[in-house]
Amino acid sequence: MGRVALDETVVDRCRFLAAEIATDVQRFIDAHTTVGVERTVARVLGVEGVDENGAPLVNQLVDRVHAAGLLDRGVAFVLGREMLRKRCSALEAAEQLAYGRGTIAPEGDESRAAIAASLAEVTDRALSRIDEARESREKHKLSCGMGETPWKYVIVATGNIHDDAVQAKAAARAGADVVAVIRATAQSLLDYVPHGPTTEGYGGTFATQENFRIIRKALDEASSELGRYVMGTNYSSGLCMSEIAWMAAVERLDMLLNDSMYGILFRDINMRRTFVDQYFSRRIIGRSRIIINTGEDNYLTTADALEAAHTVLASQFINEAFAHRAGLDDALIGLGHAYEIDPKVEDSFLIELAQAQLIRQIFPRHPIKWMPPTKHKTGDVFQSHVHDAMFSLVGVTTGQSIQLLGMFSEAIHNPLMMDRYLALKATRYVFNAAKHLGSEVEWKAGGLVERRAHEVLTRATDLLETVRTETLWSAIARGAFGDVKREPTGGKGLAGVIARSPDYLNPILERLEARS
Amino acid sequence: MSKDRPKILRAYGDRAGDGMVQLSFTLEILPSPHAKEAARRFAQAHGLDEVLVTCMEQCGPEHSYFVVYGQSRHSVDASRIDVPVADVPDLSKEEIDELVAVQLARKIIVVGACTGSDAHTVGIDAIFNMKGYAGDKGLEAYKSFEAFNLGAQVENDALIARAKAAGADAILVSQVITQRGCHKENARALVDRLNERGERGRFLLLLGGPRIDHKLAMELGFDAGFGPGTLPKHVASLIATRLIEKKRLLCSA
Repeated sequence: MGRVALDETVVDRCRFLAAEIATDVQRFIDAHTTVGVERTVARVLGVEGVDENGAPLVNQLVDRVHAAGLLDRGVAFVLGREMLRKRCSALEAAEQLAYGRGTIAPEGDESRAAIAASLAEVTDRALSRIDEARESREKHKLSCGMGETPWKYVIVATGNIHDDAVQAKAAARAGADVVAVIRATAQSLLDYVPHGPTTEGYGGTFATQENFRIIRKALDEASSELGRYVMGTNYSSGLCMSEIAWMAAVERLDMLLNDSMYGILFRDINMRRTFVDQYFSRRIIGRSRIIINTGEDNYLTTADALEAAHTVLASQFINEAFAHRAGLDDALIGLGHAYEIDPKVEDSFLIELAQAQLIRQIFPRHPIKWMPPTKHKTGDVFQSHVHDAMFSLVGVTTGQSIQLLGMFSEAIHNPLMMDRYLALKATRYVFNAAKHLGSEVEWKAGGLVERRAHEVLTRATDLLETVRTETLWSAIARGAFGDVKREPTGGKGLAGVIARSPDYLNPILERLEARS
Repeated sequence: MSKDRPKILRAYGDRAGDGMVQLSFTLEILPSPHAKEAARRFAQAHGLDEVLVTCMEQCGPEHSYFVVYGQSRHSVDASRIDVPVADVPDLSKEEIDELVAVQLARKIIVVGACTGSDAHTVGIDAIFNMKGYAGDKGLEAYKSFEAFNLGAQVENDALIARAKAAGADAILVSQVITQRGCHKENARALVDRLNERGERGRFLLLLGGPRIDHKLAMELGFDAGFGPGTLPKHVASLIATRLIEKKRLLCSA
């Protein structure tokens, strides 16, 4: 593939700055836990189920432990202590703690070491569940084979998981390599994960463990029928990031939308909460070898794509740094960006090419996620179809890895079956017709593409220098990313952030961290 | 639109009055000559003559996608159509700032949000954000406006509380997600809440979104509605002129 000339020392400088930025935040992460993290620990240790009102047991348990002022030690500490005392399973212990009378006693005779030892077996079992699911995924991939990159990624969003399964299979047959089930719009702000199969949702379908199982099963059927492994995606984001990461890991999803800052910026979730949650979720994701998709593409829907291109690149460096800290290697880091420049701008196609080429080069081993135009789409479906074709041409020319297909009905409704079919058909045409275009062209020295790539890299470096000096907390507060401003103590979910005590116990995290 | 002179419209293809339209749709049947005839009859049932099925391809497990052309028998008399539109004077940002400074001598306070579960702020952002939309600056850029954009997933009660606390003149609601009519439910619920609290008269209520028009907004109990392509200056101009009119009525009463 043709390359634009880039100063590698500048790229190295960006990585260094991003690492420093992430290290500062990591100090906070390592000293804190959240109700979301603790609910995940409880789930991993085997606490499942809901009460007659649909309230998950893990929520009841963690709220109770929090109310007793013991969450700073970790839910594992309290669960393990109860297991030792009652000689029972984690599930039984959780039920007694959640529904039992009286408050939970703060002190006990059991030592931290004894409690930790009592959880060793169940921790082993939990990690084996992740490992087995991962190995099963690898086996499926080997036996079915994988589609060529750019992988064609489509979404389904009927609100009913059974309809989603039908649509997902149809999409796979029409050539999709990745199918995402879009989540109901309100779910990111729910501080619990709904339970069981769901058939009602607005703007999408609820992410539940059972729904994950249903969709993965449908995709497995399609994969064996087609002789091509079809990947499934959902969302590890919002207030239940890490719980969903665990569910996706054991139900063998292949990708997760997971971003270190997206919830802060676009869902107004508190930044302390998000940073702690994203870390634990990524620890699970790394063990499971799920590919994450980051959300920088969203910056360009609120900020201008021409002016804010460097914020996307700077954020990608930061997302990469956080991901590395959580044990993800480059092959799992699907950094996101998008084709969102106003199509009326002269040479908009070349400027998009420059950005796509720049990101491909700076992140060579990463499964880059390339998002279609949305902001400048109108109800003129014919024009939109052409707009999407130009986007596909950039994707194949610059070798993007995950191509989220544009829909000509983007500005109108959730895609109809035929909209998706036509998007796949057109993309197949462009990918095939321009298959080797990227390896045939060389970017002209000093030309528009090279100049634009330089400009974006330079501005990203400047932004990272500033963010390192002021810290990421302040940078987000002044609106450095996506033109959105968030305060460290603002947003949803702050009450669920707790400073860890010195005897904090989280055997899952310990084991996940020990591997890297 | 003049009521006495009819203006009959037929679809215009290549020549006036030929009635040519194209249509694409999916039927749950696999491609076959039988399926093609089904598509032709389906188009005929929609009032098309001389139907040409130009494309038939499988697009789902049991589904085919069709493109058809045909001559529509139907026509409309445009002179007999009455579409209520929000009365928006065509004023620029500077003219609005000037008008408000002279006529109201204070800032207009507006609060806006995407309500209910809707997480799509693209519309409300286009109207509020400094940068605005399509080169037209947003309400935050107006000297004559103090604009609070509360963002997405705001509950109606929280929106009302914020509007009261801010002393808002107007509340702007954006609804993007339209699955099973949830945009109408959310919007209507806000009007109901205000009515219950006896506070409906306190605010100018504006509704916007890709599937909103003035008529629908009025039906839902709002004062005005704005659809796709609305610029911030349209919204600003409507709010300013309505408030000035209200002040005039109060003064003359």
